[in-house]
Amino acid sequence: MIFKISDFSLEALDRMSLGGKAYSLARLALEGVRVPTAFVIPSNVYKEYNDKTGIRNRIMLELSRKDFSEMRWEEIWDASLRIRNLFIKTDIPDDLRSELANKISEAFENKPTVVRSSAIWEDGSKTSFAGLHESFVNVIGCDSILEHVKLVWASLWSDRALMYRNELGLDAYTSSIAVIIQEMVGGEKSGVIFSKSPDDSPHSIIECVYGLNQGLVDGSISPDRWILSNITGELVDFHPADRSECFLPYGKGGTRLVKLEPHQIVSPPLCDNEVKEVFNLGKFCESFFSRPQDVEWTFSKNNLVALQSRPITTIKSDLEDDRSWYKSLVRSFENLKQLRDKINSELIPAMIEASDDLHERDFTSLSDYDLSKEILLRDELNKNWIAIYWRYFIPFAHGIRLFGQFYNDAIKPEDPYEFMTLLSHTNMLSVQRNADLSMLAHEMKSGSFPRKDQITNDLKFQENKANNLRTHPWQGWLSQYFDGNQASPILTNFLEELQKSNTDVPRTQQFNVEERTEDFLSKFEGESRSQASELLELARYSYRLRDDDNIYLGNIQRHLDSAVNKGIERLVAKGYERSRHLKPEQVAQALADPTYRPLPEVGNELHDNKVFVSKVRQLRGQPAGPGFASGYARVILKSSDLFDIKSGEVLVCDSIDPNMTFVVPLCSAIVERRGGMLIHGAIIAREYGLPCVTGVPDASTVIKTGDRISVDGYLGIVTID
Amino acid sequence: MTTNNEQKISIPKSSSATDQWSFKLQSKTDEFDIPGSFGATYHSHIKQASELFNILDDLFRNQNLAVLCTQKDGAPYGNLVAFACAENLTKLIFVTPRATRKFSNMLSEPRVAMVIDNRSNDRLDFSKAIAVTATGRVTDSSSTQRQRLLDIYLSKHPHLKEFAQSPSCAVICIDVDTYYCVYRFQNVMELHLRQ
Repeated sequence: MIFKISDFSLEALDRMSLGGKAYSLARLALEGVRVPTAFVIPSNVYKEYNDKTGIRNRIMLELSRKDFSEMRWEEIWDASLRIRNLFIKTDIPDDLRSELANKISEAFENKPTVVRSSAIWEDGSKTSFAGLHESFVNVIGCDSILEHVKLVWASLWSDRALMYRNELGLDAYTSSIAVIIQEMVGGEKSGVIFSKSPDDSPHSIIECVYGLNQGLVDGSISPDRWILSNITGELVDFHPADRSECFLPYGKGGTRLVKLEPHQIVSPPLCDNEVKEVFNLGKFCESFFSRPQDVEWTFSKNNLVALQSRPITTIKSDLEDDRSWYKSLVRSFENLKQLRDKINSELIPAMIEASDDLHERDFTSLSDYDLSKEILLRDELNKNWIAIYWRYFIPFAHGIRLFGQFYNDAIKPEDPYEFMTLLSHTNMLSVQRNADLSMLAHEMKSGSFPRKDQITNDLKFQENKANNLRTHPWQGWLSQYFDGNQASPILTNFLEELQKSNTDVPRTQQFNVEERTEDFLSKFEGESRSQASELLELARYSYRLRDDDNIYLGNIQRHLDSAVNKGIERLVAKGYERSRHLKPEQVAQALADPTYRPLPEVGNELHDNKVFVSKVRQLRGQPAGPGFASGYARVILKSSDLFDIKSGEVLVCDSIDPNMTFVVPLCSAIVERRGGMLIHGAIIAREYGLPCVTGVPDASTVIKTGDRISVDGYLGIVTID
Repeated sequence: MTTNNEQKISIPKSSSATDQWSFKLQSKTDEFDIPGSFGATYHSHIKQASELFNILDDLFRNQNLAVLCTQKDGAPYGNLVAFACAENLTKLIFVTPRATRKFSNMLSEPRVAMVIDNRSNDRLDFSKAIAVTATGRVTDSSSTQRQRLLDIYLSKHPHLKEFAQSPSCAVICIDVDTYYCVYRFQNVMELHLRQ
């Protein structure tokens, strides 16, 4: 049920039962290496918990919701979060619990512990899938330890693990995981040693930070780095860190970042003798396990303690795909705070400036050749900003998820997305824009604004004289969001429709956010309350940015599109066939080289069977906004389709970006091919309290405009009548 | 546009049946009271109502899925549902989203059939399998009844908790009036609810 690691005899060690980490620790303990007092809960206990609670079938249902190969990373996040909540809500059965609790209480009383995963595939001799499962530092008290044991069990199904499901052979009926409960030691200075450099040079590498290892592992603290000969241990090179902070155990649980003492800032954490001692530990582990090792260690009262040892494995090239990037999305709170500062003070102002610069550049009078260059320049700029978006903005979305986990751990809600109600109503740009549009519609209705025909004329005037755009308050405002071609139908059709609708105010604004926030924070006291408050603030910024960053990015894209459209207009005038799928570089090349002809598109039509006619009746996706609604579908295949939308229709599209969400106040529900709770369709739907189903494969091709459809946002089902 | 569809199936005559069933064996009709203890044993010939009752009870406990048969405007329809049984076989419970064809059918025609069997897609099924057809009327359970029925349903299908508790789902109860049990290929017995 639960065993002390140092009590195992060599014959009793079973790697399948103990998992890689516990197995290695037990082997080191048998060899007399100093390791912390540790107990292991073998993998069969995970199975027993599954058998007794029936949670396995629920995991199975969640995993079979949709083919994983069709899931986006956001959907995998969501599946993992829902499974995690199943574990949080499913108590350990009494008999199992009392057996574990007796041993844990006796072994640790109120000492701080580390609760670690120990999966079969972790730290194997051939492959190492490190970092897929959770470990928790500074867990105190039996109840808390058992709650964290469940969280480690849940992490068998972490998003990272689900991405490697094929390699791991993850299966709800056969997979299991062991858990190590380790006395927390050291924290004076900690680090890792690679007994052989992963880059194959003849070196050993030691990295060390003051305090706990956490900052080093998640990358939020730069370590001091010693490069040694891996034969003699002689110093080859030393790279001091810019030392300022370290992680220390925090109150009744977790860790916190604290400033270093002045003498620590100026001194490396290890002296020469300690470097030698760490080197010797690394070499011993390498020799004992007959492979180069990556050993995690700490100093406790000047004694070196090994925390874990695993082989250094080079990940095979076929695994070096997008998934290593997805793994990097998991960020610590400290790391996210650093990211927020960069985004807020540097990236967003630069993005706005780039967009404003493009706005000022008049391309209408350029020659074809110069327009070609202008399109290429804008395309390049757009691509650069997309790269920045993926590098910084998408990882920052993890702030929402980090808060979600914190909320679910503390509140244990039935709905794993209940935390989202605390994040909405954050004055997103798109919501402000929609409110302004609504006001414009209202002014039109009340007659305080020129009539529709006057506006159309005004806009023609605007198209001819772009510099006068800002002279009229509404036109200037509109030009921030719509180009001249769009603005006319916007005013003539869309605003009339908006006048008929009463849903100009997001329904979530009916809630008292301050009251709800206080209700949440009242569950915590003292330092925990401050931590909850800080996390909530970060998550709200992250949530708002999920939408706002795309408004900014969309503006740059729009400036590219305007120039491309102008180029296409000129090409059509010269006899080119109009195609809406021409790439910017193709338009640019055709403008610069009159002999160039882009390749025609290949059709992708389905052929009807002569005997049967098939029809899709019901589609399953991801529940992304609770609620149920029926209405006629409005399928968006091109941006101009947006302007035909009628009040009460269901918005169906491939992927919504915030530049499209001005129509949302008119809609009764949203259906989107892209999946996930954190995509823009889902966020804006929650903001307006609309039912939303995302991750519906082929939604925009299977559903036709005018189909009567029902959207079940609770279950993620779309039914076509 | 219809939001938060709250339509209910009209409730037909409510059954107050407890454990009283009448029993029909081939062409001869006999009536028995159901005894209190149920020990399900499969005899070569079912001769007593209590025996049939026990067989059905055992079958319903062991089968998770059943075929629900509905109709609307003369168009028949059948589909698989996860079901549970309650109150001495007088009620069969299942859960369905309200946007489905079966729910729409039941709104217009509350008389339904449900087929429950233990076949295993094997030739031996012809001699070994039992198939039971229940007929009755459905009701969309009211809020007070809903939780009670849901508890029974979820005790059999705990993994369907998120689905069954969704506000978009209806908890449907069939008030059974008759069971038709086919066994050993062509033996047919009936179990009628006493009025």
